[in-house]
Amino acid sequence: MMDLITTSQLAAPDAAYNMIVDAHRGLDEKDSAVLNARLVFLLANHIGELSVLEQAIALAKEEL
Amino acid sequence: MAATEAGGRAAPVNASANAGPGMGTGSRKAFYQFGYARAADQDAFAATGKPPRHPIVVVGAGPVGMTVAIDLAMRGNEVVILDDADRIGEGSRAICFFQRTLEIWDRLGVGKPMVDKGITWQVGKDFLRDDLVYQFDLLPEDGHKMPAFINLQQYYAELYLVERIVELPRIDLRWRNKVSAIDSHADGVRLTIETPDGPYEIEADWLIACDGAKSPLRAMMDLEFKGEVFDDRFLIADVKMTADFPVERWFWFDPPFHAGQSALLQKQPDDIWRIDLQLGPEADPETEQKLENVVPRIEWMLGHSNFELKWVSLYSFQCRRIDRFVHDRVVFCGDSAHEISPFGARGANSGVQDAENLAWKLDFILKGEADTSLMATYDAERSDAADENIGHSTRSTDFIAPKTEMERTLRNAVLHLAARTEFARAMVNSGRLSQSVTYATDFSTPDTEAFSGSAKLGAPVPDATLRTAEGRET
Ligand SMILES: Cc1cc2nc3c(=O)[nH]c(=O)nc-3n(C[C@H](O)[C@H](O)[C@H](O)COP(=O)(O)OP(=O)(O)OC[C@H]3O[C@@H](n4cnc5c(N)ncnc54)[C@H](O)[C@@H]3O)c2cc1C
Repeated sequence: MMDLITTSQLAAPDAAYNMIVDAHRGLDEKDSAVLNARLVFLLANHIGELSVLEQAIALAKEEL
Repeated sequence: MAATEAGGRAAPVNASANAGPGMGTGSRKAFYQFGYARAADQDAFAATGKPPRHPIVVVGAGPVGMTVAIDLAMRGNEVVILDDADRIGEGSRAICFFQRTLEIWDRLGVGKPMVDKGITWQVGKDFLRDDLVYQFDLLPEDGHKMPAFINLQQYYAELYLVERIVELPRIDLRWRNKVSAIDSHADGVRLTIETPDGPYEIEADWLIACDGAKSPLRAMMDLEFKGEVFDDRFLIADVKMTADFPVERWFWFDPPFHAGQSALLQKQPDDIWRIDLQLGPEADPETEQKLENVVPRIEWMLGHSNFELKWVSLYSFQCRRIDRFVHDRVVFCGDSAHEISPFGARGANSGVQDAENLAWKLDFILKGEADTSLMATYDAERSDAADENIGHSTRSTDFIAPKTEMERTLRNAVLHLAARTEFARAMVNSGRLSQSVTYATDFSTPDTEAFSGSAKLGAPVPDATLRTAEGRET
């Protein structure tokens, strides 16, 4: 089983953050939700590991 | 036997689409009507007050009850089947039957008429609104005697099963014999049966309850039927259309002619097309069934108005199962044991597999080759199968009918990506076609040696060429 990586992996963390925020700029809430949904599926498939996805969901769901 | 006395052959009675009681736009009368005939047991019971005893009594002459009866009779057992009705063809239900089911029916001598009458489609198209998001082509596989599936109206399947029963002297099929009470004990069951001539009683060593999803027998035994009930209603319409139209399965998510819902179009024999329209939980069934509401949607789907509406009805769907399939000498089989929503066409298909699992085991027990504990394996294997089938059809239902706005957003995201990526196409779920369950229970002893063939433990043996002693290939 692969572990979810939670240490920093991106060479430019600020750029990654801004890329995601920029992608949402100008979208209303509904379209933002659509964008997020598409991104989640694309990235989930790229990860390709159900167990990693499961850990990510658990972490993301904390306090929800 | 009743069916024989009704002329030896089932005779078509009526195929009109006139409005009938309680069915909105159209109610079809029974296609095939059989006769009631007084059974010798009725006289015997009246004369002696003692219920005649039978080794096997099957309650319910649906696809599952008839399959289990034929299988047991072909293994040399005497079987009585009781059914409260005397006709088949009322209503539109199953239309899709899969390879495993066809293989079982073939072994029982009814595979050929089913396949000859049935039709297959190869191309399936999934639309999101106006856009084609996904198209698949089910190429026929070589080397199988039976096709991967056929579309065939359930009443034809039932008709061929009745015709097979008429050929088998060991089956005594009694129409208009309604079981109204049972008394189950450790080594048998006593049944009270209502007929046009009044009630009589019989005893059974084994009673097989194939009395459908509403199973009166299950209620008589106070057994729970637990699971999920879906809020959405679906409208099922059968239309006759002889116009040129591609023989393909079309599924719409959020169709332009029916915003926010889903729709399915597929062909059956006799130029009949089946249309499934999801109505959503708020829909008013009365309004939705009105011709002026149904017809324009169908016109949109077909692109013309050159069709004749044959049947319209409303369904709501459940995924539920009984806790244990075997209670002393009462064995539940088919819809009485598990109700499965139709996405993926698993209801009758899995019931026929219950029937085949049960038949050889009961045959062994009746011949003294196994003791009754063998029945525990039926319960374990078919419970697992029911869970698997319910899991599949629940996931399909969730995909087709999202429960929240966010679920809909996620679903539509997959559909959007499906038009662009291969991975998302694999997630599109407009009904996963039924496959035979692979038993992963304790009874499938694990392999100790590596094996490279495609046959799997606990799974049906794939078709293969056999060589006879003389070296001839068959
Ligand atoms: C819209 C729709 C589409 C479907 N599509 C498919 C599909 O494509 N593929 C598929 O595999 N399945 C499909 N199904 C499910 C399928 O129709 C059922 O799973 C199947 O009919 C179950 O067969 P059965 O023999 O267990 O029960 P039933 O067919 O319900 O038969 C039960 C029989 O018991 C009799 N009976 C009841 N009570 C008594 C009593 N007290 N005494 C005597 N007799 C009694 C009834 O008269 C009836 O004949 C669909 C269902 C629906 C509603």
